[in-house]
Amino acid sequence: MSARQPQRLAVVSAGLSVPSSTRLLADRLTEAVRAELAGAGREVDVQVVELRDLAADIAKNFASGFPSPDLADAIESVTSADGLIAVTPVFTASYSGLFKSFFDVIDNDALTGKPVLAAATGGTARHSLALEHALRPLFAYLRAVVVPTAVYAASEDWGGHGDPLTDTLPTRIARAGRELAALMRDLPGGAARADDGTDVVPFAQQLAALRPE
Amino acid sequence: MQFGTFSIGDVNANPVTGQPRTEQERLKDMAAIAVKAEEAGFDVFATGEHHNPPFVSSSPTTHLAYIAAKTSRIILSTSTTLITTNDPVKIAEDYAVLQHLADGRVDLMLGRGNTGPVYPWFGKDVRHGIPLAIENYALLHRLWREEYVDWEGRFRTPLQSFTSVPRPLDGIPPFVWHGSVRSPEIAEQAAYYGDGFFVNNLFMPKDHFRRLIGIYRERYAHYGHGSPEQAIVGAGGMIFVRKNSQDAVREYRPYFDNSPMAGHGPTMEEYMEQTPLIVGSPQQVIDKALTFREHYGDYQRQLFNIDTGGVPLKAVLETLDLLGEEVIPVLRKEFDALRPSHVPEAPTHASRLAERDATVTFVDADKEESK
Repeated sequence: MSARQPQRLAVVSAGLSVPSSTRLLADRLTEAVRAELAGAGREVDVQVVELRDLAADIAKNFASGFPSPDLADAIESVTSADGLIAVTPVFTASYSGLFKSFFDVIDNDALTGKPVLAAATGGTARHSLALEHALRPLFAYLRAVVVPTAVYAASEDWGGHGDPLTDTLPTRIARAGRELAALMRDLPGGAARADDGTDVVPFAQQLAALRPE
Repeated sequence: MQFGTFSIGDVNANPVTGQPRTEQERLKDMAAIAVKAEEAGFDVFATGEHHNPPFVSSSPTTHLAYIAAKTSRIILSTSTTLITTNDPVKIAEDYAVLQHLADGRVDLMLGRGNTGPVYPWFGKDVRHGIPLAIENYALLHRLWREEYVDWEGRFRTPLQSFTSVPRPLDGIPPFVWHGSVRSPEIAEQAAYYGDGFFVNNLFMPKDHFRRLIGIYRERYAHYGHGSPEQAIVGAGGMIFVRKNSQDAVREYRPYFDNSPMAGHGPTMEEYMEQTPLIVGSPQQVIDKALTFREHYGDYQRQLFNIDTGGVPLKAVLETLDLLGEEVIPVLRKEFDALRPSHVPEAPTHASRLAERDATVTFVDADKEESK
């Protein structure tokens, strides 16, 4: 068991300010997953993708149809990871345009089957269901496996009242971390590579598929 | 090694002067480009096929026949002929007519097209893109090789004892290249038939094209047409050249920035770094074109795109002259010196005719000996 390779966890943060509460939430979730996996005897390599650093590259990808080398590296680290934490601020009642744009430039079958923890931040808790009506369908379309607990952190969640019934952010982070780790822990690790889409169907088979019944 | 120029046939206005062009001007300009290319020592002129504005290139064989009458040596080709939405019977007929009129100076490159609505406009479904390319070419391939064809497929009305006329010149069908931007299925198709494989080499990083060419070469050998390095590979590339590189960059930038395909995204410099685009001096063109060989292996055809995005005719002709004087002779020499002797040149009508006659003679000689 101990010979198993470290697992790779990609963390996408679409926060724009520095420091960013979106990144803060991403880091808390990362630690929760890391702790859970450590408990299961698995090491984890974390690669953080800060979308702000790639904002211009992502826009250029829309115009050119191909990623810059930096963006290609970021996409590779996400698509080849064993698990993904994706965190966006809520803008205009949904994920930010930058967050969506990043997933728009990834092949729509590149995240199939990938364990994903979705999370979001916002000024108030009123937008927390954006996770359910925007992020979860996005990842469902990509055929990723999204853990049941999606974590929303409103500004007020970063404070607290010493009341365990209202101070739920740490609990939710821990639960989501457990859920993602449970999906990841038995994967072989070392970023088992998805195929690169260049498998060739032999020509005779392509022709045969066209023969009239 | 063949060098050529290809045009997509866009009628964009000159972005520097704002001066529009008429469709007729553009069609005649493309003919002038072909004539100049022949004069400057190019081997191939190819036109695209599009069925929507801002393009004029909807009828390649009509256009190429006109050019054939104005030229005597240059090979006329396409970039690409739509194998998905055209009737393969009509392709067989049109290109055979062109082949006769142009004395065999004809080949063609098949592609699926990049404009979704063209499929429904021609009664097809874009989701059948690959199957259409495969079935239609299977029929085209037979129409040029079998005098009486019985055919039943999924997409076209059946044929009984159909003869496509005229028969190919000297019984030799036009050589076919299969163009692909991203589909390994097309590399597989080209390999299966032992046809040429062409990567447009535009707007994508070189590694992307290298993967496709790798598949094609490996499968070409798998189907017994020769070794992987003997496969017939062509590459495109967008280019603009002036005596010194600063002038090339300054003059080309507005056309690049307004290019319908490249503009408003990465800068021209980023494109030059990340893709096969070349804007510079003759020496820079030579240096970069030689790197294509390093990426793709010894290849047989290099087509340059010069006239996209409203580049005025005069600038295109100047570029052709400069390429003809200072670039192509050097590249031809370099490529030929580097290419091992067992790697063939691109097939032409003349070379295929000679090859067939040699084979026939050989068979006859065999018979003589056995008597």
